[in-house]
This record gives sequence, C-alpha cells and structure tokens, in this order.
Amino acid sequence: MARRYDSRTTIFSPEGRLYQVEYAMEAISHAGTVIGILSKDGIVLAAERQATSNLLEQSIGSEKIYEMNDNVVAGVAGLTADANILINQSRIIAQRYLQKYDSPIPVEQLVRRLCDMKQGYTQFGGLRPFGVSFLCAGWDSAFGFQLYQSDPAGNYSSWKAACIGENFSNAQSILKQEYKDDDSEGSSSTAGTQMTMDDALKLTCLVLSKTIDTAKLTSEKLEFATITLKNNKPHIHIYTSDEIDQVLTKYDSVIKPSNND
Amino acid sequence: MDALFAIAGRDFVISVSDTSNARSIVRMKKNYDKTYKLSSHTLMSACGESGDIANFSEYIQGNVRLYSVRNSQDLSPSETANFIRNELASSLRSRNPYNVNMLVAGVDRNTGESSLYRIDYLAAMSKVPFAAHGYCAHFVYSVMDHEYKEDITLEQGFAIVKKCLTVLKERFIVDFPGFTIKVISSSGIREYSTNDI
Repeated sequence: MARRYDSRTTIFSPEGRLYQVEYAMEAISHAGTVIGILSKDGIVLAAERQATSNLLEQSIGSEKIYEMNDNVVAGVAGLTADANILINQSRIIAQRYLQKYDSPIPVEQLVRRLCDMKQGYTQFGGLRPFGVSFLCAGWDSAFGFQLYQSDPAGNYSSWKAACIGENFSNAQSILKQEYKDDDSEGSSSTAGTQMTMDDALKLTCLVLSKTIDTAKLTSEKLEFATITLKNNKPHIHIYTSDEIDQVLTKYDSVIKPSNND
Repeated sequence: MDALFAIAGRDFVISVSDTSNARSIVRMKKNYDKTYKLSSHTLMSACGESGDIANFSEYIQGNVRLYSVRNSQDLSPSETANFIRNELASSLRSRNPYNVNMLVAGVDRNTGESSLYRIDYLAAMSKVPFAAHGYCAHFVYSVMDHEYKEDITLEQGFAIVKKCLTVLKERFIVDFPGFTIKVISSSGIREYSTNDI
C-alpha cells in the first residue's frame, strides 16, 4: 500500500505521512553515530567514522565534524555527499549575515535557515530530501552555549545532550540516565546544567563505548570536537588523532568496564 | 539646512535635531520630528532629501522590526548601523541612490554600552563619540572638540548640548524654531525639551 506513495516526495500518503522523508531518516539511522553533550563551559561533539581502512589518509579532511562559522561547529550523520552541500550553504549563510550585520550569526538563526532549506525539498521541486541530520553546537552572546539537532524534515530542537545515527535510541537512553541536570529553576538565557566539560567528555566516552560496535575505541574510528570560550570569544577545537588518544586514555576507566558486558 | 548632532557618554547618547521642515525660502512645518525609532534602544536621526529620508528610514524601521519579530531578539545598535550602511551602499550604485545622512545612536541591551555611528549619503560609516550633519557641524564640532571628555555624565552632556545650541543661535544665520532632544539609555528612549536640559 505504501509503495504507491513512495516515489514522489511532494505528496502525502492517505495516512498523512511523507514517506520519502521517513526513508531519509531511515538512511540516517544506519550512519555513523554522532553525540553532542552540553556543559556549563562548553559543548562536546564526538562522532564515529564509518569508512575506516588502512589506506585512508584520515589526517586530512573530516568526514563527520565541520566548522560552520567561528561560533558554530556541526556533526553530520547520513549521506556525506548531501551533507557537503548543506554545510557549504550554511557557511555561506553565516558569512552573509556577518557581512550584513558585522556580527556572528546567532546559532538558532543559522540552524533555522538550514532547516528552512531542508523543508523546501520536502514540499516542492520534486527533488528528494537531504539524507542528513545535524548536531549543531554553538555559542552566541544572547543564549550562550546551545546544541541543536535537525532532521531531513526540517525540524530542529535544542538539547542538553543528543545523539543521531546508528544506535541513537540506545545512546539517548544512556544520556538521559547519566546527564547531570540542573535542579534549580531560573537562568533562562544560559543552559541550566551542572555538567562541567570534564563530566561531558567522560560521559561522551562512556556513551561511545556502549554504542559503537568495535571491540576497542581508537582515534582512527573517532572524530572529536569541542567548543568553549576563550577570552570571552567562542573557540572551536577539532581534535587531532593524538589528542583523541589522550582523551580516551584519560577516561579509560569509564570505557574499560563496558567492554566486559 | 538641517541640524543634526549627537554626543555619547559611556551608557547614554544624546541626540539633537532641529524641528524645521523647509524648502527654499518657505518653512512648511516648525515642529517636525527628524528622528526614527528603530527599536527600544536604537534611534536614528536623518537629514538630506525629504522623500528619500522618509522612504529609506521607514524601510529600515520595517526591516529592523521584522528581525525582532522573526528572531525574538533585537538587533544591537552596531548590527543595526551595519545593516543600514549595507543598504545604503547597495543603493549607491543603483540608478537613483538614496540621498540620506544619518546618525544612529543606541545602547546595547546586553553590555549597557552606548554607541553612536555617523553614516553619510555615500555610505561611509564611523563609530564616534560625537557627530553632526549639516551646516551646524561647522559650529558644533568646535564646541564638542573643546568640551568633550570620555565618560561624561548626562548632566555634563546636557551642558555641552546647551553650549552647542547657544553657538548656533549666536553665529548661524538661520534661526531654528526648536529642537528635538532625545536621550537613549539602558531604560530606553526619553525625550527632553530645550527647557529641561
């Protein structure tokens, strides 16, 4: 029955579903995991590379994590080729804003513009949707550190911790358990969280070890990035393989026990 | 013939503009407001070609308001000034450029710092502690250059404005019917009369 309404993206099924969009999301659930965790002092993004081989020159170029702007870094899950188009577009959007207002684009606006673009492909033009989900981690002076997740439908939402890609539901439930939330009310403009960067890195390693299939976590399989504040300005750090190894060694205690499961 | 000038302290800006709307030897209105409120904490005063002023200013007002509504946050004064300059620069190389000079004054809601930008009809913009447009500039800059110090208080600012108004009355050939004096501070935009200061 569903087969009849599959082929065109721009039509609803009788049950009111957009099958192409759902199929796009299905594609993403087979892609490499990306985890994002918000802390008081910054955001951690970690991703699993799916294409690994001895012959791959991995020190050049990213597969999963990209800088969008001085204040936004994004992790990508899904079709890499589709992602490249969207990343290019969002970089242009960010620079146009900078040229117009001489000020970095607020994170939510960048995410929204990107999502508006994705939504267009689900409504008109007869082209298939982008098979990409993003985890955008950024900082702006209005709302501080923010983490946004966006899907092929063009929906986006703000999270304290999120996961996309393979095993994302597994990871999401671990995050829900382990994330240290803020007990008190108030402070509407900055994230209400008690997590420190250290906590966030530790939790990231824990979740990675539980959701990634391989026996041992190595820097070959991972991409890592953090965004923090330095001199009151956002600072994006995309880790080198050595730095990733250092992080993995530091939180080895968290990783090791889970391998015995 | 329009007189526009402004002076900024650390957390406020005083904007002064004359209230005469005239063409050649005829004055059409003597209580004309040359300022445009762009947001709760940003004010723009404009002079130049009458029709262009209204058209351009209302266009800017609309766009600044649209941004606020779309994004649930206001543009800061520096973002506003840059936006205005960009629009003016685009119009510059069109068939009929806007002929508008303006002063954009505001206080940043997050940091509380004041800023004043002088933008002229060729879309040249500078961030300055005090500025003026029109013939009055020839008189008023002398006073402000002499009197201005960093971090003046509101009272000191008013004293300087008074001196400027005095020199204009003394030495400028045109007699102004009145002035609009507005102060932008962290609590918003407030108007004063020439008697209040």
